[in-house]
Amino acid sequence: MAKTTMIKAINQALEEELKRDKNVLVFGEDVGQNGGVFRATDGLQAKVGKEQVFDTPLAESGIGGLALGLALTGFRPIPEIQFFGFVFEVMDEIAAQISRTHFRLGGTRKMPVTIRAPFGGGVHTPELHSDSLEGLVAQTPGLKVVIPSDPYDAKGLLIAAIRSDDPIVFLEHMKLYRSFKQEVPAEAYTVPLDKAAVKREGHDVTLITYGYMVHESLRAADELAKEGIEAEVVDLRTISPLDEETILASVKRTHRVVLVQEAQRQAGVNGQVAALIAEKGILELEAPIGRVDAPDTPYPFSEAEESWLPNKNDIVTKVKEIVNF
Amino acid sequence: MTLKIDFEALKTLSPAEIKPIQVLDEQGKVVAPELFPDLSDERLVELFKKMLWSRILDERSTKLNRQGRLGFFAPTAGEEASQIASEFAMQKEDFLLPAYRDVPQLVMHGLPLEKAFLWSRGHVLGNQYPDDLVALPPQIIIGAQYVQAAGVALGLKKKGSPNVAYTYTGDGGTSQGDFYEGINFAGAFQVPAIFVVQNNGYAISVPRTVQTAAKTLAQKGIAAGIPGLQVDGMDALAVYTVMSEARKYSAAGNGPVLIETLTYRFGPHTLSGDDPHRYRTANEENEWLQKDPLIRFRTYLDAKGLWSKEQEEDFTAQVNEEITEAMKKAEQAPKQKISEYLKNVFVETPQALEEQIAKFVAKEEE
Ligand SMILES: Cc1ncc(C[n+]2csc(CCOP(=O)(O)OP(=O)(O)O)c2C)c(N)n1
Repeated sequence: MAKTTMIKAINQALEEELKRDKNVLVFGEDVGQNGGVFRATDGLQAKVGKEQVFDTPLAESGIGGLALGLALTGFRPIPEIQFFGFVFEVMDEIAAQISRTHFRLGGTRKMPVTIRAPFGGGVHTPELHSDSLEGLVAQTPGLKVVIPSDPYDAKGLLIAAIRSDDPIVFLEHMKLYRSFKQEVPAEAYTVPLDKAAVKREGHDVTLITYGYMVHESLRAADELAKEGIEAEVVDLRTISPLDEETILASVKRTHRVVLVQEAQRQAGVNGQVAALIAEKGILELEAPIGRVDAPDTPYPFSEAEESWLPNKNDIVTKVKEIVNF
Repeated sequence: MTLKIDFEALKTLSPAEIKPIQVLDEQGKVVAPELFPDLSDERLVELFKKMLWSRILDERSTKLNRQGRLGFFAPTAGEEASQIASEFAMQKEDFLLPAYRDVPQLVMHGLPLEKAFLWSRGHVLGNQYPDDLVALPPQIIIGAQYVQAAGVALGLKKKGSPNVAYTYTGDGGTSQGDFYEGINFAGAFQVPAIFVVQNNGYAISVPRTVQTAAKTLAQKGIAAGIPGLQVDGMDALAVYTVMSEARKYSAAGNGPVLIETLTYRFGPHTLSGDDPHRYRTANEENEWLQKDPLIRFRTYLDAKGLWSKEQEEDFTAQVNEEITEAMKKAEQAPKQKISEYLKNVFVETPQALEEQIAKFVAKEEE
């Protein structure tokens, strides 16, 4: 096993699947010769050719329609939306078309599409590049929405997504692309698409989170441990549909929860997780459900990102409030 | 109204007949005197100075970005004729809808330079426009400004305004649905809108030939029933003539015009990690460097005794000073407050937001 960044792990996953199955297609804006603006598809066109990896004209709705059409003719498309903030341009194809095709045709057709896109804040991009819009797709029935938080999961979840016959939105937090390395097997492997991961065990409180906030939560847990508070950290990984079992089992162990997301309070999936716990786990709770999130404004101008985005300190503060309730 | 260009004929032109309009050739010689713009010597010099200003701004912005003093920056060197000469043909009250690379036009249109810097750095003050600045901040979503321009132009028409809306996108932008919807709406409603496609050959790394099988982008106007024409985008005089004639035509109630400028960006797509050598050859870059819009215009003015080396040196020093001052001002902007953001989400703040506002006010007072 070699240590690898998340962007490399994603690149490896794509390469392996492209080579394994000629029907796997990677396409989008700048994904070919340029290898993608983040280099996620670097070298792929040279390795497998332009039939399988190709640039499209600059039109997200077109890219979505292409994916739907290709999936209907036997391919396994992996379109890239260059930044998830541009999803609005292709929202009709994703939310009103791709997500419903299997259902609409009474289960007689499949939609094996994996839509990849970078997202996430703290990297000083212009408008609409960093927005956490996962809630929009997470609220769409018929889609699975996956957000890996480390290189190992990224590779295994992406391969699972590509091999899945269901449409999947696969979101990659930009801040995680190159921030650290992790042991990742060279060969292909899968990580299940319906399972959250307990990334740290604890018995005093459960932090339920996903994406980059997994790391802020782990840091918060380290700090809390110094004060004798043992926090369990659950990484949702697939944010829709939720892994209810893992969430409820953790609540049962710790009796206290703090939900952490980078998205605004009214966005993301914290609300959905809170509703689940209120519905099926409320009698396990010894304190109100705590929430850490961003304020309800549009994504901020980049000079204000640091004060807008939730961070470790916000998590520590909220956990103490819940533990001392 | 007599015009130097027959726009009506362009509505039904066959694509094969579309040829780029040129006034000054690469040697700075006038090749189409009948299309020479109605500009006095003084105004010609003024136009050149604005282009030079833009080039200097590009160089300085690149440095400021590398020093971490500027944020997002999309280089403009090479596109001065396309950007500045087109803006120069418009009026202060015309409505500008720019894209992320069109910051020079915005400043020419009246945006204080320090605000342009604040926009780049990611400060809300960069987007708070003076009341008399008729423009939107640069658009990030490719093509969105095209549909919006149709709306602005319809508004102008309904109000009986003598002004036009003008907007820019790149060659890549012409693939978006918004591009087609925008020009089609503008044609259907016969509104005063001028759509400029700055064809610099690439959408990041994707060449124009991968973008569309159409031979020109100008011909896309034909399907919308609006005149489309192509202009040498390295020739400031041609761009000026085409733009000012289009303005006259459109402002007179004849409907929109689509203009494709053939240009080139000398630098990378943006300074956020793009490497043009992954997709362009040095040969191609050198060829375009020979077409530099400043060189040919300078040669022309020089031959007429209208511009000299000394003037250029003085002006350059002056612009550098202006940029330094503006940057200083931008750096003195107060830190943004999230509580203020929250108050700006709605005109009438709902009670549900008050808890969040209070939380940030407390944090900000710490
Ligand atoms: C809707 C949307 N999709 C993708 C992008 C990312 N992106 C930014 S610039 C660019 C290329 C634009 O090329 P072009 O329209 O030719 O303009 P140029 O940058 O060359 O001036 C792309 C793909 C975006 N900003 N908006």
